[in-house]
Amino acid sequence: MGLPWARPNNSTVSRLRARDLGSEALAGLLQRPGRSVLTMLGTVMGIGAFVAIVGLSQTASGQIGAAFNEQQATQVIVRDNGAAQSLNFPPHADAVVDRIHGVIAAGVWWPVQFSKAAVSAMPAAGQAGLAVPVIAATPGALAASGAMVHNGVLYNQFHQSHAQNVAVIGAAAAAQLGITSLENQPAIFIAGQPFTVVGILSGDQRLPALELAVSVPASTALRLWGPPASPAQMLIHAQLGAAQVVAAQAPIALRPDNPHLMKASAPVNPAQLQHAVTASLNTLFLTLAAIALLVGAIGIANITLVAVLERTGEIGLRRALGARPVHIAAQFLGESTALGLGGGLVGASLGVLTTLAVTIYHSWTAILDPRIVLAAPAAGAVIGLLAGLYPALRASAIEPAEALRR
Amino acid sequence: MTPSGASGPAGQNGQPPLIRLSAVAYTYQGPPVVHALKPLDLVIWRGEHVAIMGPSGSGKSTLLNLIGLLDRPTEGRVEIDGTDMGGASERDRAAARARRIGFVFQTFQLLAHRTAAENVMLAQVYANIPRRRRRADVMAALAQVGLAGRADALPTALSGGEQQRVAIARALVNRPPLLLCDEPTGNLDTTATSELSDLLAALNHGGTTVLVITHNPAVAGRAGRRIMIRDGQLSEQAGTHPAGHNGDHHGLAVG
Repeated sequence: MGLPWARPNNSTVSRLRARDLGSEALAGLLQRPGRSVLTMLGTVMGIGAFVAIVGLSQTASGQIGAAFNEQQATQVIVRDNGAAQSLNFPPHADAVVDRIHGVIAAGVWWPVQFSKAAVSAMPAAGQAGLAVPVIAATPGALAASGAMVHNGVLYNQFHQSHAQNVAVIGAAAAAQLGITSLENQPAIFIAGQPFTVVGILSGDQRLPALELAVSVPASTALRLWGPPASPAQMLIHAQLGAAQVVAAQAPIALRPDNPHLMKASAPVNPAQLQHAVTASLNTLFLTLAAIALLVGAIGIANITLVAVLERTGEIGLRRALGARPVHIAAQFLGESTALGLGGGLVGASLGVLTTLAVTIYHSWTAILDPRIVLAAPAAGAVIGLLAGLYPALRASAIEPAEALRR
Repeated sequence: MTPSGASGPAGQNGQPPLIRLSAVAYTYQGPPVVHALKPLDLVIWRGEHVAIMGPSGSGKSTLLNLIGLLDRPTEGRVEIDGTDMGGASERDRAAARARRIGFVFQTFQLLAHRTAAENVMLAQVYANIPRRRRRADVMAALAQVGLAGRADALPTALSGGEQQRVAIARALVNRPPLLLCDEPTGNLDTTATSELSDLLAALNHGGTTVLVITHNPAVAGRAGRRIMIRDGQLSEQAGTHPAGHNGDHHGLAVG
């Protein structure tokens, strides 16, 4: 007895073609366009933030030239890591470090601390001085700082080796002390000791403190007031590109007996610095973007579940028309995936636009990996697919007779 | 007094009946447990026009769900064209619903955001009808129910009677041998009810087996056979002839 339809062949099996699934899913979403758009927002924000963050970070990393700071890149600082109230730099520290290949100038300096304001332009001992800071600095430190005089000279190795009472003063300190010219060899008094002012600074590059202070040779400070109360440091002016190597060698050159007493810090490579900054920012923003994506996924899952409950009658109808449970699941998975894909497409576009806007504002060159832009909508689709799993499972489990009774 | 097929396992030119229920019972597992259908037998031959009548809660819709393969019987066999479909795989049952059975519901079950033609087309999606054939079949089905000019109308723009005719077009579009109607006129006025009864009669005359659940005596009056269902049990209504336009076999013998 011929029962052609009871044993399904190709023409009688119930099925849902991919193209039909696509148009059914799209039709399902277009039933409630407003709701669909709102549901996509979370994915739009998450994907958009991802693309914008990656784009901006790639763009920023590409702008090394703009932020490249030569002054920082050629400076090494060696700190005295030893006990307080001591000076662990050797007496000829400047000369030792000068011999390192790539060093232009180097010198030790520290702020000299007095219990009360000690500097005055008058010899009167009992009178209160001016609160002008005093810095002990070797001639090498002055050179390494890039200090220039607009009047007089800098003290030199002769003054240092003889621990003479000479001083150079910053322009601001000079004004404070009422010294405008060096013609009659003005003297100042520091804690009662007379010093001859040999030069007035016209500004310096690496040690802004010198501008406000009175600087005396380190040997003089050591003779008069003893070792520094706060740790001394050495300022090294290195050639461009030599800073890292100099920083590695300086502690050993200074204290071959105990290099750990010296702690050298080289400038961070500007590219690395930027990378570090953007990386920490990126972690924060990527976390926020991930949260937005999670919220978006929950939104899609929630709305799809609502749609399943709302459209129970439609599910019953589709089953009556020959849909199998897997077709019902595919329908709702298709809708949630389309929501995610739509969110991903819009989000990726917004992310690219944001990157472009910021780039144009800063007159930068936009750098954005096209793979990221292409992967973003796919990521949205995957999120939609995952979000739709549970609602789709629920929908496929609905009994048709039960669904049609509602 | 058990209704049973009067013509034995093979009647009507040697073909099995279109529908044969043998000792079919259905129990809702609840709670509370409801014995919606007591063990019953029913035979419906090709070409019959059968009305099933009965009060609310008598088991009419449960019976229709079993015949329409939307539900499985708790006991007994549901044979369609001689094959037991009650215990068949969901794949086979879905294929049978797609190609062999047309459903018409009291609430029409039209998708509100789709045009009449798109609603009819939905039945072709799962029946695996090639896309190039769909539009022509849809237009033919709509013409058959007198709605050729309303193909692009949304359900909200159609009257109740027109909406139900769209639903019938959807049930017919794959040319199934069996049309199952669950209270098709329950939401229609008198004129539309009358038009719909005429349409069902015409379809039956064209060869489709029509099984209609109805409260409406006028609709039932057009059927060749009227079966009463009460408390989950069947009885043939006196005075009706158990045959459709070309049915010449008794489907239900009342002893």
